[in-house]
Amino acid sequence: MAERICRALRDGALEGEHAPALTIKDSIQSPFGSLVFNHVLSQLSSFIVAQKSQSQGIVLVAFSRGPLYYEEFFKSKGNDVASSNKWIRVLDCCTDPLGWRSKLMESGRIANLTLGTSTTASLYKNVKDLDKLLLAITELGKELVGDGKGRFVVAIDSVSEMLRHTSISSVAGLLSNLRSHDQVSCLFWLLHSDIHETKAIAALEYLSSMQASAEPITRPVNGQRGNSEKLPFLEQNLRGGKIHVRFKRRNGRVRLMSEEFCIEQSGIKFTPISSEAEMIAQSLVPKVQFNLQLSEKERNDRAKVVLPFEHQGNGKTIQIYDGRKSLNEDKPEMQYTSAEKVQTVKDSGRGEIIYFRDSDDEMPDSDEDPDDDLDI
Amino acid sequence: MNVQLQNLLDDALGFVDDGGERVFLIEDCVETSGAFVLHHFLKHSLSPHSSDAVIFLSFSQPFSHYDRILRKMGCNLVVQRDNKRLIFFDMLMLDCLGREEGKTSEDLLLALYEKIHKAVEICSSPEGTRNITIIIDDVSLLEVAANCLPNLVLDFLHYCYSLTAQFGCSLITLNHEDIYSSSDEPSLLLQMEYQADVVIKAEPLSTGLATDVHGQLTVLDKGLRGCFGNSGKIRNFQFRIKDNQVSKLRPTNLEECRLSPLISHSAAAEIGIFDTS
Repeated sequence: MAERICRALRDGALEGEHAPALTIKDSIQSPFGSLVFNHVLSQLSSFIVAQKSQSQGIVLVAFSRGPLYYEEFFKSKGNDVASSNKWIRVLDCCTDPLGWRSKLMESGRIANLTLGTSTTASLYKNVKDLDKLLLAITELGKELVGDGKGRFVVAIDSVSEMLRHTSISSVAGLLSNLRSHDQVSCLFWLLHSDIHETKAIAALEYLSSMQASAEPITRPVNGQRGNSEKLPFLEQNLRGGKIHVRFKRRNGRVRLMSEEFCIEQSGIKFTPISSEAEMIAQSLVPKVQFNLQLSEKERNDRAKVVLPFEHQGNGKTIQIYDGRKSLNEDKPEMQYTSAEKVQTVKDSGRGEIIYFRDSDDEMPDSDEDPDDDLDI
Repeated sequence: MNVQLQNLLDDALGFVDDGGERVFLIEDCVETSGAFVLHHFLKHSLSPHSSDAVIFLSFSQPFSHYDRILRKMGCNLVVQRDNKRLIFFDMLMLDCLGREEGKTSEDLLLALYEKIHKAVEICSSPEGTRNITIIIDDVSLLEVAANCLPNLVLDFLHYCYSLTAQFGCSLITLNHEDIYSSSDEPSLLLQMEYQADVVIKAEPLSTGLATDVHGQLTVLDKGLRGCFGNSGKIRNFQFRIKDNQVSKLRPTNLEECRLSPLISHSAAAEIGIFDTS
């Protein structure tokens, strides 16, 4: 399923359509969004290096981790740093986002030190100005793939950091502009869901065609008090979690998928949901003294109950259920009348339900409320 | 001091693997102070077996307070300061941030960042082998001193995080959980938890007060050091802080008078650790 996300991003945008966009969400209980981000970044870079992708390069907008981190990351994945300059550019919004370092360096108050990275990184010092940021991203992209038909991927290290400096509407505007840019093949970003308001998260989810949420395997039930009881759950959640993905297709259909992930030395590993996880989830249902399950006999009896609707949904002719079983002959019956036309069969010998239909065209059990025309 | 028990805490904090370039967040509350963890870090960083340096920003206590406590733990802060292994910024002195000059909060924090950056430059060795630890005690008082919004404090902390990445130093901050617990908006503390590699929480026992056990300490190591994932670890200890002998002495100078009874009670000469995990 994680591969499916990467393939969708690899295949990129169709002509005249917005680029596919992925939101990676996490929360403090399962703070592994950055590892998922790294995984997607690594997969896409492999596709690009192997020339199997629509895009020819990646523009990485780094807010929460600096160029040194990513240089280490790509080295660990076996990418040659020297050649990485051909397919990646890092827009460094992490080292000096507000220009404080530059201010101090220019006035000689601190030493002018270079960062010492070999990955081509451009320093960006004004994260509050998103128009300039958009320009910087597109220029870096053009530097990578040229002005023509070439396309590039945009990866944003953390939209949560962006939202600290600017409003949600500016960020949404930037992402929307990127999605509709001719040369952007796809984009993906990381978001911490518990830092922002629901409406900000919703705004970003509207902009994305895929959402991947990292969630803990188990949540400690509120009734458990004290750290010693919560410890096993917290420890389990540090080792892995679940990832829920929502794909929004062009025709409007939404597809939901889930997988488990575990944290390993080399990063993150995805596996289908195991039954063990289901059992753990089930065992957390509070134990009560009531029997919440149905026995076989109870299930059969339930299936035999005749429903008080016009039809039973099994293709048989319509019969009105008069509220009593047909075996019971002696009890007096009640009669119901209404002002509408009679349509149905009478139950012979016993009480009748006289039901007047509005018209013969009316479908059984339609939503039309016969009391709607009352003028009270 | 029981060496075996002391190593439990060191192991949980990752000292055994050798730290370097990690961000620690200590959270405490009124009922259970986490200051003893800070003292432990201070002692570890200034141990005679290494040449590591510490840059200490103190918003809550004067130098003499820490000096008194660390002396009991076998570490002489005055000597370390003279040896340039400890650079201590006593932010309690009002003009330290340049507030009287009519500067904005952003200017104040920029000036503070400049101080730290310069101190790191001074402490770092040319070969880059020296571990530098920046300690901030504590962030809520930093917010008060700078008189600014939490977002600006986060900007300042972000610059400190990028210092750690650039120079390979560690950053240890202390903050109080109960100050932010009632705020409607997602708090400064939550943002700091995201940035931290190791979160250390000092809390009271769930069963209430006890004479022999003063609280519990939970050390959560996310295992996200560097770009690799390692299985995170969580350890829980109960601890007992022994009374400080100094609180019984008469104060001899103005700085010692600032010690409040609460602080003198928790200023530990020794701590006992019980591993409950």
